[in-house]
Amino acid sequence: MSGFGKSLMTLLVAVFLTSTAHAHLAYVSNEKDNTITVVDTNTYKVVQTIHVGLRPRGIIFNKNFTKLYICASDSDTVQVLEVSSGKIISTLPSGDDPEQFALHPNDRHLYVANEDDSITTVIDTLTKKVVAEIDVGVEPEGMAISPDGKLAVTTSETTNMVHWIDARTFKLTANTLVDSRPRHAEFTRDGKRLFVSSEIGGTVALIDVLSRRITNKISFTIPGIAKDRIQPVGIVLTPDESLAFVALGPANHVAVVDVKTLAVLKYILVGRRVWHLAVTPEGDKVFTTNGVSGDVTVIDVRALRAIRTIKVGRFPWGVRIRPAK
Amino acid sequence: MNAAMAWRAFRGVALREVLRFFRQRGRFLAALVRPLVWLVIFAAGFRAALGLSIEEPYETYTTYEVYIVPGLIGMVQLFNGMQSSLSMVYDREMGSMRLLLTAPLPRWFLLLAKLFAGVAVSLLQVYAFLLISRVYGVHIPLDGFVGVLPALILCGLMLGALGLLLSSLITQIENFAGVMNFVIFPMFFLSTALYPLWKMAESSPLLERICAINPFSHAVELLRFALYGKLNVMSLGVCLACTMVFFIAAVWSYNPRRRFHSSRTG
Repeated sequence: MSGFGKSLMTLLVAVFLTSTAHAHLAYVSNEKDNTITVVDTNTYKVVQTIHVGLRPRGIIFNKNFTKLYICASDSDTVQVLEVSSGKIISTLPSGDDPEQFALHPNDRHLYVANEDDSITTVIDTLTKKVVAEIDVGVEPEGMAISPDGKLAVTTSETTNMVHWIDARTFKLTANTLVDSRPRHAEFTRDGKRLFVSSEIGGTVALIDVLSRRITNKISFTIPGIAKDRIQPVGIVLTPDESLAFVALGPANHVAVVDVKTLAVLKYILVGRRVWHLAVTPEGDKVFTTNGVSGDVTVIDVRALRAIRTIKVGRFPWGVRIRPAK
Repeated sequence: MNAAMAWRAFRGVALREVLRFFRQRGRFLAALVRPLVWLVIFAAGFRAALGLSIEEPYETYTTYEVYIVPGLIGMVQLFNGMQSSLSMVYDREMGSMRLLLTAPLPRWFLLLAKLFAGVAVSLLQVYAFLLISRVYGVHIPLDGFVGVLPALILCGLMLGALGLLLSSLITQIENFAGVMNFVIFPMFFLSTALYPLWKMAESSPLLERICAINPFSHAVELLRFALYGKLNVMSLGVCLACTMVFFIAAVWSYNPRRRFHSSRTG
């Protein structure tokens, strides 16, 4: 092959690899359609729509992405979707109205916030049995587990607290008061800090995990948008943890926060009532669920700009990304 | 008419227009300040009023500033087209028009040269505005700067041809105010420059229909699509057809054998 031929071949292979690389799939739960929409993160096309239980909200993959757990809130159960076949293969006893959950790093225990019962239910996904029920504040919502698996936290929307649970004894060990209506919690990868969003308070609190104390609070101001419409809900950190993206609900914007300085770098316009977010494994794109407008907006992380909005089902709620094989 | 002769004449007419533009610094400044005032003050105030909707060519939600930019480019070209018509009236009053039209070249060619000269001037204004908008923070794709060029030329020709046609109908320079009231304002406000059609439909279906048939709306939509690397075939067709009609009508109305025109120039 001539030198030119070789270069051309290399170029073609490179183009092919670039176009096929990172073709992850974003799974979106549609609260009012009782479906999961699967979107190709490269082509932005809807590749599959899967019918699931009633009012699917929180979704999470197991460690090797073979199963997707779905909080089917109005079916009062957690459904297990086999990713390869796209079929529901079993259900788990979640307690009433499961909304959000977190999977323990042991890939076995699911911590479910039961909004109506003011409890956190721990389910063993292997035995399909409830391992523990922990009393927490009124209307528990946000759930997170520390990366070392020692701590679980639940945020309660009415009690306005972060409840700290010992993941070995399943006992409530401490509470931290935060701003009104805490919705979502997210640990940093080293497990030393915890981000908690407060929907009505309009803030994101940064909590020192060791002392359980709030060290910083992030506030948001968008010109032309009333303060009470700025309601932080979902939070996602980029894989390098340099940036945090905060969904601001009916403000229809996502705030970009510099994790080091905690300064808000930008507000990005997305669809209506943005609630949850997911980031690709490379950290190049963030997907947001826009409930009222029924779509998902893709944010280019490098450019800090919304690049695409994709129609999904009615009232998309949760989003998770399954990496390409 | 040979090519060298035609080129010389074309160059002469074009250079005169461009030189005149550069000598009138106030005009350049006004051409820039006008759309910038709309962008910085008007668009900021209406940021929340537009509502949310994704329409082609946009692929996601856009701020009002982003939406309004193609309309403001159209505004620059509209004013420039009308300004050219003003300069035609001025030339006619000063007598330089007669000198130009006695050149041994077809009338349509001289008018076309005049038209292209006007387009060249409008391109300078538009690109200066686009550059400032981008610096101001309005996201315009960089390849859109190149992609919009053919659309700018066509829209410039269309609006310039309209100006040319109007200039043949204006008897005195003082009547230009009428052009402002009866041409520029209705064309601009009854178009998709400031609001999308669906927004117009919310307030009045009649207004929406007027906006939909306004050639300026099609110019704005052609520019809007071109800025995002897309082609609006319908708008392209309307702009091409309007350019032809306006230009043929302008050449016809500049025919000295026609009584009404010769009486004005004579």
